[in-house]
Amino acid sequence: MTALNANPSTGPLKAPLSRAKVGMACLIFMESAFFSAFLVTYLYYIGKSPDGPQPLECLELNLVLINSVCLLSSSVTVVLAVRSLARGAMGAFRLWLAVTILLGLEFLLGTGYEWWGLIEDKGLTIQSNAFGTNFYSLVGFHAFHVFVGLVLLIGVFILSLFGCINPKRDHQRVDVATWYWHFVDVVWILVFTLVYIVGRVPQGAAA
Amino acid sequence: MQWAISVDHKKLAMMYIGAGLIFFLVGGIEAAFMRLQLAQAGNEVVDPATFNQLFTMHGTTMVFLVGMPILLGFGNYLIPLMVGARDMAFPRLNAFGFWLFIFGGLLLYFSYVGADGLYGAGTAPDVGWFAYAPLTSRTFSRGNSTDYWILGILVSGFGSMTTAINFIATILCMRCPGMKLMRMPMIAWMMLVVAFLVLVAIPILTAAQAMLLFDRTLGAHFFDPETQGSAILWQHLFWFFGHPEVYILILPAFGFVSEIMPTFSRKVLFGYPLMVAATVGIGFISLGVWAHHMFVVGLGPVLDSFFGATTFLISVPTGIKIFNWLGTMWGGRIQFTTPMLFVTGFVAMFVIGGLTGIMLATVPMTWQLSDSYFVVGHFHYVLFGGTVFGIFGALFYWFPKATGRLLDERLGKWTFWLLFIGFTLTFMPMHVSGALGMPRRVYTYEADRGFEIWNLISSIGVPVQMAGVALFLWNVVRTLRKGEVAGDDPWDAWTLEWGTSSPPPEWNFDRIPTCTSARPLWDRKHPEDPDAHYE
Repeated sequence: MTALNANPSTGPLKAPLSRAKVGMACLIFMESAFFSAFLVTYLYYIGKSPDGPQPLECLELNLVLINSVCLLSSSVTVVLAVRSLARGAMGAFRLWLAVTILLGLEFLLGTGYEWWGLIEDKGLTIQSNAFGTNFYSLVGFHAFHVFVGLVLLIGVFILSLFGCINPKRDHQRVDVATWYWHFVDVVWILVFTLVYIVGRVPQGAAA
Repeated sequence: MQWAISVDHKKLAMMYIGAGLIFFLVGGIEAAFMRLQLAQAGNEVVDPATFNQLFTMHGTTMVFLVGMPILLGFGNYLIPLMVGARDMAFPRLNAFGFWLFIFGGLLLYFSYVGADGLYGAGTAPDVGWFAYAPLTSRTFSRGNSTDYWILGILVSGFGSMTTAINFIATILCMRCPGMKLMRMPMIAWMMLVVAFLVLVAIPILTAAQAMLLFDRTLGAHFFDPETQGSAILWQHLFWFFGHPEVYILILPAFGFVSEIMPTFSRKVLFGYPLMVAATVGIGFISLGVWAHHMFVVGLGPVLDSFFGATTFLISVPTGIKIFNWLGTMWGGRIQFTTPMLFVTGFVAMFVIGGLTGIMLATVPMTWQLSDSYFVVGHFHYVLFGGTVFGIFGALFYWFPKATGRLLDERLGKWTFWLLFIGFTLTFMPMHVSGALGMPRRVYTYEADRGFEIWNLISSIGVPVQMAGVALFLWNVVRTLRKGEVAGDDPWDAWTLEWGTSSPPPEWNFDRIPTCTSARPLWDRKHPEDPDAHYE
């Protein structure tokens, strides 16, 4: 019996994990698998479009750099928002959240403007060639995830306007929601590197 | 109505299993028509186009609408009860996942009425369950049947992914006091690895199906070789999903065996830590074997050797499990109840399926046998002799917990023997007809090839299996009406679900249990010699 008593194994688990955090981590893991399929496919098709518009002549860096700066800095502003919430500073929280949302909106609108130019001026569509197919699918799915993240953030913002966000009770939850936003950012770093840096090699160099 | 709006993990689980069994009957009937057509050379029971739809729908149904939901259903039922929780981590997400599965399944079957499309060509999907490009392109697959295949599986796939998130969160965050990871029932470990595989594999299928959908509806060029696309890419993406999927379908059954076998051998599971290690090992290695489905593509000797070697490698942890189960039975006081019959049958059948798997991992062997009935025999030994036998064992074992009544043992044993004999009659001869050169997916064959006798035996097995399934259904109906009352713990088992009432209350446990060892109920029943001494 002493052995049993000496075994403190019926005590509570050490620092139980948060369900919300594990759930969000799983979601992000799953989304990473999803994007890896599109990233690998993009990589596979680089330099395999003999006809039609080519990456080097279509993709310009000016606008997309502005978009990228906006999206990446929104990761910083959303962290500032969460920290303000943890302090209980609701005004600063709303402000930083609004800035984050605006930066995200800029990214979406900028992407839309870029696509408009590509379709109208360069004649690049999803049907043009393997490059067009992969470009619109990968960038489009990323933009769609930015959109979903924005819906999440706007939801939090509206709740905070109606006083439904309680700093003590909810700052963990809001924090978990922003994980998704950071994830979308990290994916953009990969997409940007692949599409605008690796993928803009001259035709034939990658084959 | 109470069921439709329920978020209780037990009700959802029973709906999962019930719906899965209904789809099992549908998929079985499809298979029966194929066997009827193939019973004799030159038969004309169904026309070739219908035959293509039959094998497509049979495969898709059995994998996505039978195997997945029934196994996820058991996970749903058992995980909270076994780890001592009151429900899953996200009950509403759980209900959402279930209804996505139902709607995905219905969408797939709606193709029979809705998929005529513009050309009046094809109703149900007819591209095979792995839907190789470029057969799925708009040129070769007219009408909308392939779109229904994509969307139905896409939707039910989302359901599986939400369920996997729920499993992981429940297992990691909701265990009762004292339930360390290395004290969890084996099923919890298996489901944890399965959930991980679902999160890796299903998104890849979803991505591939999205690409295919873009090809078909927007004119994209992912998989069309005529316009710079690659048909091989689809195979890579599909099998990167497809091979882990095989383990998604078999690991839960491993879990059933690992729970049922100790109970009826009256011994602890042999080598629990090794079993855990083997399960995790299978989880990782299964992500690196996919191209053994593609040996005849011509990937070159380097890739072929690599994937052949990883496939041999994965048979090591699988072999460890087999020996652990034998070690569990060794020296035990074995009680051959119906669940025990099914799981011992499982081990025997799975070993045969595993051995033919090792044969097929040998690249030159696959060059000879690929896409023949040998392969059909192989994977039915794994998925029917393995997964389905495991499911029947689990149904007989946990039915008293879920309903409070014991299924009839005499009928149960008849069910086992009918299924076992029918199964062997149907699938053993396929190895022979396949080795003789009969390709799979042909709607008929010529009379003088030496295939006839083997096909006839295969077809004769079908009514035997159907009798077994019918007997099981009759057993369920009879038991629900006037079955023997089970009590809380009819098998004198050791995991937490047997420590609550049968059926359990909605909140599972009046008081959250505590766990002192890997066999918490043993400790409660035998305070004079608890397992905790030996841990």
